[in-house]
Amino acid sequence: MPNLKDLKTRIESVKNTRKITKAMQMVAAAKLRRAQEAAEAGRPYADRMNAVMANLAGASAGAEGAPKLLAGSGDDKVHLLVVATSERGLCGGFNSSIVKMARAKAAELLADGKTVKMLTVGKKGREQLKREYADIMIDHVDLSDVKRLGYVNAQGIATDVVDRFNAGEFDVATIFYNKFETVMSQIPTELQLIPAKFEAQEGAEAPFYEYEPGEDEILAELLPRALATQVFTALLENGASEQGARMSAMDNATRNAGEMIDKLTIVYNRSRQAAITNELIEIISGAEAL
Amino acid sequence: MATIQFDLVSPERKLASIEASEIHIPGAEGDFTAMAEHASLLTTLRPGVIKVVAGNDVTEYVVTGGFVEVSGTSASVLAEQAMPKSEVTADIVNGFVEAAEVAAKGTIGAEKDVADKRIADTKALLDQI
Repeated sequence: MPNLKDLKTRIESVKNTRKITKAMQMVAAAKLRRAQEAAEAGRPYADRMNAVMANLAGASAGAEGAPKLLAGSGDDKVHLLVVATSERGLCGGFNSSIVKMARAKAAELLADGKTVKMLTVGKKGREQLKREYADIMIDHVDLSDVKRLGYVNAQGIATDVVDRFNAGEFDVATIFYNKFETVMSQIPTELQLIPAKFEAQEGAEAPFYEYEPGEDEILAELLPRALATQVFTALLENGASEQGARMSAMDNATRNAGEMIDKLTIVYNRSRQAAITNELIEIISGAEAL
Repeated sequence: MATIQFDLVSPERKLASIEASEIHIPGAEGDFTAMAEHASLLTTLRPGVIKVVAGNDVTEYVVTGGFVEVSGTSASVLAEQAMPKSEVTADIVNGFVEAAEVAAKGTIGAEKDVADKRIADTKALLDQI
């Protein structure tokens, strides 16, 4: 039986842990609200961009001389996987679920005899992937200094990806991130960036536009921006998901710590009573012996 | 008088959504004014000032680029960067000019023309604020 002092120390230590996890949960809750607002605020732009692109791309798809970003390089040998994860840990299965999905995709592509390259965004995903895929990682984007995720961050990533594509480094680019559903559930999602895909919203009629300058010029100008918007949306979703995942992970941790404290307290009280009983028995039997 | 729904969104937030009577827009190929029953038009923007007239209220926004989608009932501006004109100072515009100059570096041919035009347009903004 552990002695009383050890038990007492242990209970105190678990109590401290519970305080920390509780605080982290509350911080995550506050950050989640902000992240959700940011994701919400970015939606009108992304939706509108998507609708316009669907319209434009629908008209130009399959046409001669369609932009390469839309039509692809005509090959699908080299795949670039952009894995977007968080910069910080302690957020449950958030990073693992993204990495698992990217890993499955990489394995599938490699089995098909394709070449795979990886670009990681966020420290945690890189840590998990580098043991296995160190030789195919082409770059890493560090967002740990970014306080508030801005469009420029997404634009930086998108420009880099487009430049590499234009340099012929890969044929297909896919981004992996967690889509925010609820606080409890985040869905790992893969989204193909290049060749770009835009899904028309159902029921939306495609109005006939006049284009200024020409349709092709507009398409060429908007494509990189649409790409940046997709990356931005992914990063925003990821941000909200991360906080949601952290919140529920910390909630669980707090609850577990509570249960542990209860159990330890019972053991502590039992040992204390046993010690008292023991002492009493000793006194009584001492008295009887007289 | 018939009004037209005006929306101004940047990637990070929605800046304005109001019923306007007329909107002056700096299109890539020249300025134009959108009013109700305007023909459907999709055009890119050059750096400039968007002026929204709603009744007696006039609101102005500075945009650095993006595009606008006009239909008979609505005009949606999807700006790269946008802010109310009252918040814009010469320093901010100079920042835009610098960014445009950095982007122009190393460009050649047609790209250089586009970049140079962008610098000129951005510089012209200085006179407008």
